Amino acid sequence: MTRYETGLCLPAPHRAGTALPRLLPGAPADVTSPASLRAHLRRHGPRPSCGGDRAHRQRLIDEVERSHLTGRGGAAFPAAVKLRALAAAPRIPVVIANGVEGEPASAKDKVLLMSAPHLVLDGAVCAAELTGAGEAVIVAHEAAWETVRIAAAERRAADYDPVPVRVLAAAAGFTAGEASAVVHWAGRGAPVPTGRPPRLGGPGRRPAALVSNVETLAHLALIMRHGASWFRAAGTPAEPGSMLVTILGEVRYPGVYEIEPGTPVSCLLELAGGTTAEPGALLIGGYFGTWAAAADALPLPFSAAGLSPVGAVPGAGVLAVLPARACGLAETARLTRYLADSSAGQCGPCIFGLGAIARELEQAAALGGCDLPAVRRWLRDVTGRGACRHPDGTALMVASALRVFRAEITLHERGRCSAISSAAVLPVREPAP
Amino acid sequence: MANPQWLWFLSRGSGIVLLVLFTAVMALGIAVRLGWASRRWPRFAVAELHRALALFAVALLGLHVVTALADPYVTIGWTATVLPFLSPYRTAAIGLGTLAADLGAAVLLTSVLRHRLGFRAWRAVHWLAYLAWPAAFGHALSAGGGDLHTGWVAAVIWGSAAVAAVTVTARLAVRIRQVPGPRPGTPAKLPGARR
Amino acid sequence: MTSPARLAVDPIACDGRGLCAELLPGLITLDDWGFPVIARGDIPASLQKEAAAVARLCPRLALRLEQAAPNSPDRGQIPPRRSSRLVLRPDTGVRRPGS
Repeated sequence: MTRYETGLCLPAPHRAGTALPRLLPGAPADVTSPASLRAHLRRHGPRPSCGGDRAHRQRLIDEVERSHLTGRGGAAFPAAVKLRALAAAPRIPVVIANGVEGEPASAKDKVLLMSAPHLVLDGAVCAAELTGAGEAVIVAHEAAWETVRIAAAERRAADYDPVPVRVLAAAAGFTAGEASAVVHWAGRGAPVPTGRPPRLGGPGRRPAALVSNVETLAHLALIMRHGASWFRAAGTPAEPGSMLVTILGEVRYPGVYEIEPGTPVSCLLELAGGTTAEPGALLIGGYFGTWAAAADALPLPFSAAGLSPVGAVPGAGVLAVLPARACGLAETARLTRYLADSSAGQCGPCIFGLGAIARELEQAAALGGCDLPAVRRWLRDVTGRGACRHPDGTALMVASALRVFRAEITLHERGRCSAISSAAVLPVREPAP
Repeated sequence: MANPQWLWFLSRGSGIVLLVLFTAVMALGIAVRLGWASRRWPRFAVAELHRALALFAVALLGLHVVTALADPYVTIGWTATVLPFLSPYRTAAIGLGTLAADLGAAVLLTSVLRHRLGFRAWRAVHWLAYLAWPAAFGHALSAGGGDLHTGWVAAVIWGSAAVAAVTVTARLAVRIRQVPGPRPGTPAKLPGARR
Repeated sequence: MTSPARLAVDPIACDGRGLCAELLPGLITLDDWGFPVIARGDIPASLQKEAAAVARLCPRLALRLEQAAPNSPDRGQIPPRRSSRLVLRPDTGVRRPGS
């Protein structure tokens, strides 16, 4: 961390060829003009071969393990463990690249798919070869679907991939990005969680599914080309490599940036052009993430280890800045209402519990009272009692809000609000009908 | 050596009891679904009573069918007790009874096996109960014959009909709190999205 | 004597009817909306019969008796019937949303 001790956000010194950006285009590229296959090959080289006999594939998975690549979809699950489990599964698996990005605050998967679709496709095909899968399915957010489809068609025309690749458009809605929901959708079911574990299928045809975030697969494609040491040349020893983050809210240039884990939060905000008003609070990780007071979070490194003083993790790589002039309680209430309405609607505790919490927060935001003991009881009650982690994630976010905005809640109970502006800061899409 | 009159009484008598029983079973089934319960009869007790009466009714149904078959005054033939509308004696009347029995047997069998069948399959067949009861009632009216003019028999029959009407109306009218089904996202209207 | 078992509820099938809490008030309580909260840990031997009855009686077939597994989740969740066969069993890792 020495390069940050001077208070300046200097880029890290890197060996030649290991510097950033790795996933995103080098020049500030227009994301609507993605790399063609030829341009992709020029930049990254030919597709890595991940197939071969069992021993060879195991050696390649060992390389992935050495790289310490973890999932970039929010759960940070070790990629090698997933690959090994699927490679050993008795049934022929399917690889599903999850580019659904149901989280409205996050844009990294869309940007990655739109600017570097071939990298994701390389990774998906590689994962298919490593696990002996019969097919790779890319489920892409609507905005990026066309780009990915064209890229896949280009590869098909050149007979480029050893396994068939299918591109699907994602369903709308927050829970549509949940792993089992994606599997269900890809298997012609509804895009709702089926309860763990994710399973693809119809009667008689039930392959196992490897569900991986598109960014994770893009990193995999590069690790297979350049090796684990190359991957680990960036980031921290515990959290190596690079990651995509979405920085939004009260910053000059909100957008997707490729950074190294361990970069201080204040430097990330500088990357995004600095804050345009005094920051009050940060939402770290996404809508299932953690609120933190700006003063507490700004000096911390953006990594799982670094953010632990405020109880946060990088999660889906979202960093949202709430200005001091806005009302954190009102923002939380809006988010909670959005999350409650985004429930897949299959489990009682999620539907009714999140609804009750949202109602209570809205009441508090509108200067009514807030029954905190009841809210705490409901937060406990919804955790772990749904078929997916939607209620759990929402509860985590709300619990952190209750901590960080405690003073604001007390103020609201007395009929006042410290905020100057009541405009909404964080985006919420209309939930699916 | 059975006294034929005795068989006749047993057959008719069990028939009336059966109508009462099946009406009660249906009413209790609706009570289970609507959550009707009291302190003395919590929901699980209502559910158990529904099961117990159903089993008892099916046992009595066996007696009803056997006594009707064994009766030398009427020729029904055992095939007609399994397949509806095959009896040479009062085809329609007996046929309705057989239909009711067949549907009831399907409901019972699937209920006994419901843990193996899964909820959806079990529920689909269970709804046939709403067909079985009218068939049984129709059988009672058409096979009842002269007994229908007897005061107490008529009271029982029309009382059962009233109970059935009330409970079925309640079932249709009362709004049950539903845990909403899955709300799939808007399917993408893009050409690549299959559906 | 049967081996230790746990009661687990399928949250998608469960409708909040409440028969289970009536039969096993010691093990199952209802939350504010009528849905069951199952106590953690194994079922005591004295209640094994009732637990089996509860699993049989649930009108939505949402309750199941499971043999206690070393890494079964605390809250007594089970996958719904349609995906009852496990196809992927990572050894570690907490499932956080978005993976």
